[in-house]
Amino acid sequence: MRRLSFAAAAIAALLVSAAALADPARDAILAAFADQAKSADAAFAGFSTDRGRAFWTATHSGGKPDTPSCTTCHGADPKAAGQTRAGQSIAPMAVSVTPDRFTDPEKVAKWFLRNCNSVLGRECTAAEKGDVITYLSSQ
Amino acid sequence: MTTSPFLPALALLALLASVGSAGAEEGQILPPIDHAATLNECAACHMAYPPQMLPARSWQKIMGNLADHFGEDASLAEPVRADILAYLTAHAADAPGTAQGRPYLRGLDASAVPLRITETPFWQRAHDEVSRSSFTSPSVKSPANCVACHHTATKGEFAEPED
Repeated sequence: MRRLSFAAAAIAALLVSAAALADPARDAILAAFADQAKSADAAFAGFSTDRGRAFWTATHSGGKPDTPSCTTCHGADPKAAGQTRAGQSIAPMAVSVTPDRFTDPEKVAKWFLRNCNSVLGRECTAAEKGDVITYLSSQ
Repeated sequence: MTTSPFLPALALLALLASVGSAGAEEGQILPPIDHAATLNECAACHMAYPPQMLPARSWQKIMGNLADHFGEDASLAEPVRADILAYLTAHAADAPGTAQGRPYLRGLDASAVPLRITETPFWQRAHDEVSRSSFTSPSVKSPANCVACHHTATKGEFAEPED
């Protein structure tokens, strides 16, 4: 009986955490990026957590010298708070810690536009944006 | 009777002196920013700095180059940018109709267009006893991080820190 209730609690906890990560607004944002990625490249076969992680942690070139990587400000651990160059705290990007990440399309568009320009000196592709969101949603 | 013509002048002098000393040099109290767009957008990355601390010409130059905002792209949609700029210039150090920002102009050349509050003679006088290294310690990171020492700065309170 005790074992049974433990198993039930574990399953319930799993369901709760899965529910916390899935969000219709985030799914819609990802679906829109998937559509764009597909029209840019017919061979596009879905977003990748690994590609997202590699992109997020890479040292890029072409952007502004003070911000060579996403992790310059967001920090190496997506579950921990980051810090802007002006010293202000940035809430963690990991969806498990900050559940409303990537649920507001305008906010997503604004920050990818600015930050990709700061870090890479160009806009990010839909595939890159989808990979990053997929990676941070897995964290 | 002989001194009476001087009394108003003396009273004015006393008033000016008290505004000067109790104001800028020892922790000016400014009204907190109550403009939603300024708070939302500026304070996303750094404390929304009091508009009184820079002249209007500085705010115009800063808000005219958000694509390279101190080394980062801080672009805004035009209506939001214009709205914030209007708020900043209406409350700037040299804004007509208010004297709140006047102490921050003291010592500033009329042709100077400081892009950082830390470049103003006011700021430099107020921080001349603070060591350079304390501004770059990990918990402070930058002299742009007012709240690291002035804990209630977002409320417009820049009193001298206890420690």
